[in-house]
Amino acid sequence: MNTFTIGGVHPQPNKLTADRKIETLALPKQAVFPLSQHIGAPAVPCVQKGDTVRVGTKIAEPGGFMSASIHSSVSGKVAKIDSVVDASGLRKPAIFIDVEGDEWEPSIDRTDTLLLQNNLSREEIIERIKNSGVVGMGGACFPTHVKLSPPKDCTIDTLIINAVECEPYLTADHRLMLEHPDEIIVGIKLILKVLGIDRAVIGVETNKQDAIELMNSKLSMVSGIEVMPLQMKYPQGGEKQLIEAVTGRQVPPPPALPANVGCVVQNVGTVFAIYEAVMKNKPLIERIVTVTGKSVKNPCNLKVRMGTPVSQLVEYAGGMPDDTGKLISGGPMMGRPLLDETAPVVKGTSGILMIPESEAARREERNCIRCAKCVQACPMGLEPYLLAAASESGDWECAEENWIMSCIECGCCQSTCPSRRPLLDWVRLAKNRVGGIIRARNAKN
Amino acid sequence: MTFILTAVLVLGLTGLVISLVLYAVSRKFKVEEDPRVARIIDLLPSANCGGCGFPGCAAFAEACVKSESMDGLKCSACKKEVMQHVAAIAGHTVELGVEKIAVVKCNGSCGNRPRTGIYDGAVSCAAAALMNGGDTGCFYGCLGCGDCVKACKFDAISMDAETGLPVVDQEKCTACGACVKACPRSVIELRNRNKLDRRVYVSCVNRDKGPVAKKACAVACIGCGKCVKACAFEAITLENNLAYIDPDKCRLCRKCVDECPQHSIVAVNFPPKKEKTESTENN
Amino acid sequence: MAQKLHITTSPHVHCGDTIERNMRWVIWALMPVLIASFFVFGVGALIVTATSVLSCLFFEWSITKFILKRPSTLGDLSAVITGFLLAFNLPSNIPLYMIVVGALVAIGIGKMAFGGLGNNPFNPALVGRVFLLISFPAKMTSWPVPAGLATSYIDAETGATPLNLIGQIAGGNTAAADQLPSLGNLFIGNVGGCIGEVSALLLLVGFVVLLCTKVITWHIPVSILATVGVLTGLMWFINPVLYVNPLYHLCSGGLMLGAIFMATDYVTSPMTHKGMVWYGIGIGFLTVIIRYFGSYPEGMSFAILLMNAVTPLINNWCKPKRFGEAVK
Repeated sequence: MNTFTIGGVHPQPNKLTADRKIETLALPKQAVFPLSQHIGAPAVPCVQKGDTVRVGTKIAEPGGFMSASIHSSVSGKVAKIDSVVDASGLRKPAIFIDVEGDEWEPSIDRTDTLLLQNNLSREEIIERIKNSGVVGMGGACFPTHVKLSPPKDCTIDTLIINAVECEPYLTADHRLMLEHPDEIIVGIKLILKVLGIDRAVIGVETNKQDAIELMNSKLSMVSGIEVMPLQMKYPQGGEKQLIEAVTGRQVPPPPALPANVGCVVQNVGTVFAIYEAVMKNKPLIERIVTVTGKSVKNPCNLKVRMGTPVSQLVEYAGGMPDDTGKLISGGPMMGRPLLDETAPVVKGTSGILMIPESEAARREERNCIRCAKCVQACPMGLEPYLLAAASESGDWECAEENWIMSCIECGCCQSTCPSRRPLLDWVRLAKNRVGGIIRARNAKN
Repeated sequence: MTFILTAVLVLGLTGLVISLVLYAVSRKFKVEEDPRVARIIDLLPSANCGGCGFPGCAAFAEACVKSESMDGLKCSACKKEVMQHVAAIAGHTVELGVEKIAVVKCNGSCGNRPRTGIYDGAVSCAAAALMNGGDTGCFYGCLGCGDCVKACKFDAISMDAETGLPVVDQEKCTACGACVKACPRSVIELRNRNKLDRRVYVSCVNRDKGPVAKKACAVACIGCGKCVKACAFEAITLENNLAYIDPDKCRLCRKCVDECPQHSIVAVNFPPKKEKTESTENN
Repeated sequence: MAQKLHITTSPHVHCGDTIERNMRWVIWALMPVLIASFFVFGVGALIVTATSVLSCLFFEWSITKFILKRPSTLGDLSAVITGFLLAFNLPSNIPLYMIVVGALVAIGIGKMAFGGLGNNPFNPALVGRVFLLISFPAKMTSWPVPAGLATSYIDAETGATPLNLIGQIAGGNTAAADQLPSLGNLFIGNVGGCIGEVSALLLLVGFVVLLCTKVITWHIPVSILATVGVLTGLMWFINPVLYVNPLYHLCSGGLMLGAIFMATDYVTSPMTHKGMVWYGIGIGFLTVIIRYFGSYPEGMSFAILLMNAVTPLINNWCKPKRFGEAVK
């Protein structure tokens, strides 16, 4: 069975919510929309305080080529444009909307009917995706319209649908495949049309056997799209790892893109969002969020309007358990810690995870005993112990020579370190510094 | 006996040959160096702090000898007299400005600024600053991981275990600026030493709006502007909800200190006032 | 909120591995050998091991407490392993004060002088052993013959080990071949030698334990054994009269102990699989050279120490295969 070749770890899967149906969460009282919910320039607000908005009204325009628009997920009045502490842990500008009723933009098709066909051209599809503010739903939040317009000199031959969900705990993509397989298939066809190719592979790890079987039965009559079961290993959902697992090709180090090896990767949640955006004219205003944790009373998969405060999700799941030591937006390997429950759900919030104190507290760090477990775990073939040491002593040249920019911050190294060293903390710091040095150097030349 | 003699002879001869080779090599590869450079290096602190902008003290000494004047050449770690001596050796004259000292502009001790979270990652302010706002509600203040302590080549900064804030030893600080560069949040500033090392400064870098700042820290500057009005010398400016006292205009009258409702303006090394002894001295 | 949340960045979970877990498994893997040596050499094996472990622990504790003034590092169990490995490299009838000296050198000079676990360039146990070997060559090279549950300590009968014999044969004394124990005896360990080299079989059991618990990988031991096997096999092939069957080499002396437990020491071995293989080949090569051409019958400890010194270079040369390095 296929998988990627270098490194990788096997964290406890803890998929507590795999058989919980997606439930719809009630509307919040106030929705908050941070202006940077994606990689690239922040969006620019196009509403003012006091404006009335409806569900689906565009409230912020893209702030550049690499940016995405933001739409209101509620109807009501713009209360203020202020700042909020989001999952990045920093205070960022955001639009606050007080909710009144639930009035939708009339252009949105709110029915559940499955639409199979439309006669939009390639450009029109991209335009709709762009206008709907669709970004990568896997967590990186890369604007989708940019990703669907690969550089001209690259020949794309394979579309890979990322349904791996290798992060422990999270089941949002899994549930989406079980409950909306037809929509996903239509979405895949739309992307194939945009890319002008006819081969798509859905990569799924074998722990989602029911999803593999369902998709296979749905695809029995469809040609060009196949489901590829993958051996369970973290971080298979990493873009580069998935491409290697599916096609055997390795993406060269940055600044190379997956397009350089003829692949485009889209998350299965993104595919669903593309379906809704193109066929239903519905902007990205909702997403599936897994709310989970070992001691959470009612772990669940929720369909949540963007901007809903995390506290509302936590409450629905039975409140924050007393032993909670960490509140995480995303999965346990790559998610971001939240300072408190006030942060809003944004486009990249794939899960809300509550980790008990006993697991959350890091143990005391010890000397590196050079056991080489981090080197064996690193899926990018790096030497985390060396990079961390270089970072600690500020030796940015050494870090750059040893490929630090290839690091995908998957956390394998740190999660295996028997000395409990904060390897990734240091590597992140060095990556940040070396990235700055490289940018400065490029700007000079 | 011959046994010992052989050993002595062999060793002695080997030593002689090696020393001859060493001598020859050292003569052959001798680098001609301006003797003044060595004399200047002797005067410099040899901390290689980089405060002068050169890779180390030796490079600085060479630059002093080579350049036309002492413009732009200043070892911030040296006392005035030493710099004058250096200039004299290099054949220049030098006019010295005010001596400076590193000042930590944050008073967010555990009491003033309650901790809102627990940070147990890498012990590095730079790493902590990258990830999020740190373990307090203030996204601007000191992170307390001691990057400045590590950066200081003169052992002049230490962490106060009680407040969790760095403390500058005013005897040892040479104002080389290494800590200023190391601090990812620009909490440390080089300010004039003034007479008797007296200083008045805003001990806060929080640029949040008043209520937000006040919620995060009891002694945060809330940008109310009272100090600006109180100052008779136009030394105080208010920008981004934060007051700043220009060290060159400030006359150390301490009117602003009394005026500040948040006690975020600090006066150091003044004799205690008569009635209320507000000792905010943190050095 | 009831309590403060942790705000440290990802990863938020850990596989649960600790230094102690790895060290504990190494100790468990060494146990079969200790028991075997008790049956072969009698109570002396236990006394030597206990003395060595206790003195290593004592020296580590006193150095951290009185010289370094740091919290004690006994809990990481590395001193216990050093004690075991040092003892396993000694004859079971060695005077106890020598063990204490060896432990002091191993812990004091071999490890703590460099800053404790993780910073030592050489395997501490081997530093101690080689120090003893050079200081007390007579005591360190007279190996007791199997006595079977002997209760006496110092008076054990000593005799030539298989490696002495192999050396004699290679030196031209082909008559010594008659004294060689049978391969079967060699494999299960019914021969003379130091405490830990008795039974190749039980050492291999320990190897399997370490592999199954993922404490070590196969690279170093297998490459050492393969190199020794191939080189000695080659010499045997050329002249079977002077050079013995390679299986004798594989099963005798400290080769197995060194390959499985000493060369794989985390701190002093290379970090990449490629590097580990080169390191193993180097050790195997040096061992054969010293065994056949050196003045000591056994070359394992010198070979490991020499390759320890090269480890930083190997780390520099052997980088892991980077993802995307070879563009297809």
